[in-house]
Amino acid sequence: MPTTDNAFATALRLVLHLDPALREIVALSLQVSLAAVAVGALIGLPLGAALALWRFPGRGAVVVVLNALMGLPPVVAGLAVYLLLSRAGPLGQFGLLFTPGAMVVAQVLLILPIIAALTRQQVEELHAEYREQLQSLGLSRLRRIPTLLWDARFGLMTVILAGFGRASAEVGAVMIVGGNIDGVTRVMTTAIVLETSKGNLPLALGLGLVLLALVTLINGAAYLVGETARRRLG
Amino acid sequence: MTQMAHQLPELAIPALRFEGASVVHRSQTLLQPLTLSLDGCRRTLVMGPNGAGKSLLMRLAHGLLLPSAGQVYWEGKPPRQAMVFQRPVLLKRSALDNLTYALAVSGTPWRARKPLAREALARFGLSPLERRPARVLSGGEQQRLALARAWLLAPEVLFLDEPTAALDPASMRAVEAAVLDFHARGTRILMTTHDLNQAKRLADDVVLLHEGRLIEHSDAERFFTTPASPTTRAFIDGDLIW
Repeated sequence: MPTTDNAFATALRLVLHLDPALREIVALSLQVSLAAVAVGALIGLPLGAALALWRFPGRGAVVVVLNALMGLPPVVAGLAVYLLLSRAGPLGQFGLLFTPGAMVVAQVLLILPIIAALTRQQVEELHAEYREQLQSLGLSRLRRIPTLLWDARFGLMTVILAGFGRASAEVGAVMIVGGNIDGVTRVMTTAIVLETSKGNLPLALGLGLVLLALVTLINGAAYLVGETARRRLG
Repeated sequence: MTQMAHQLPELAIPALRFEGASVVHRSQTLLQPLTLSLDGCRRTLVMGPNGAGKSLLMRLAHGLLLPSAGQVYWEGKPPRQAMVFQRPVLLKRSALDNLTYALAVSGTPWRARKPLAREALARFGLSPLERRPARVLSGGEQQRLALARAWLLAPEVLFLDEPTAALDPASMRAVEAAVLDFHARGTRILMTTHDLNQAKRLADDVVLLHEGRLIEHSDAERFFTTPASPTTRAFIDGDLIW
């Protein structure tokens, strides 16, 4: 078994030399997480905005459930998607289980509540400020949504980045529905778990470094977005 | 060239009627049943101490609020309206974009928006600030931008809810000049204020509210010289605080 120092050195070499195995895993991870974020944002942003603007019976319960789902354990999300997509499940006919598609579905399930719930909060605050003016301009609730989403865009970019962070860092759900199949569904987090259990610390550490860099990059981007918004919009 | 958004129709502005309109919030009556008729293209100033119900009346008139009982309606086709608030609500965009947004909402063709918006900025002395974020402008500049936005909408009726309450004298004069410009263009004015001198300068007629009740509605001259109600006299003399 390599020592920790050796493992670090080998890991750095793998990262710096863009090791093909490592590159493939990172690429698939990004594809899956970016696809999940795109789908999650496409559904979550208008859903959150609609929840912020409309009042209906049971709205409070929907908000509470959505907030609670932000903490949905990944393995539970994975299990739910597994049951849906398994051969005997309601969506089994699509043959998605153990494909990147299934992993996207599982990650969407995890990040959709985050994006929708945080969008609701941000849009609700902004709408409280804009409501009378938009009403005065004769805008229906439906027509207010694009305005509010646009004006809250910098805050919402941080929300989307938070969703991406959650998607790229989770392991339980993609392990269950993807199966961690080499070259097919192996992503950074599942590979780290596997390589660590095999004792292949350099690759696990290399992937860990990439994942850490990615998370740092996301947080840096979120910070820059916030600062830019403050500078440009006051 | 850019007069399209500025022209007002030749048609007379319909009368605004309040018929027993009241506002109740959590079993507390904020505005007692109010019957009032506002006709013609006049400058009506709504006055009263704090909590009198002035802002509620404006919101009822503009349709931002529905009465708890009674009705508020236009006798005819509802006119094109705009409202300027005490604290201007400006979008998180540049001064220019705030104006082009209002034009977009009102259905102005894309190509015409920027020239019209720039013309309005120039009219209100805001041209050098067009790229500045609207929300970092000074209070007076923000209020002028809100007026410029209203100007672009070419309202037949303009509601102003204490538009000069937090402004310095120069900004207040600029707002008053804008109000007169709106009226000269054929816009009916309905404005709230605490300032008796401002009301004397601007009003054709005055509505006085006190504790959610209509006390008096009369021509400005009569209101200030021979008020019908002792409450009005007390208000003019500065003896009516609450």
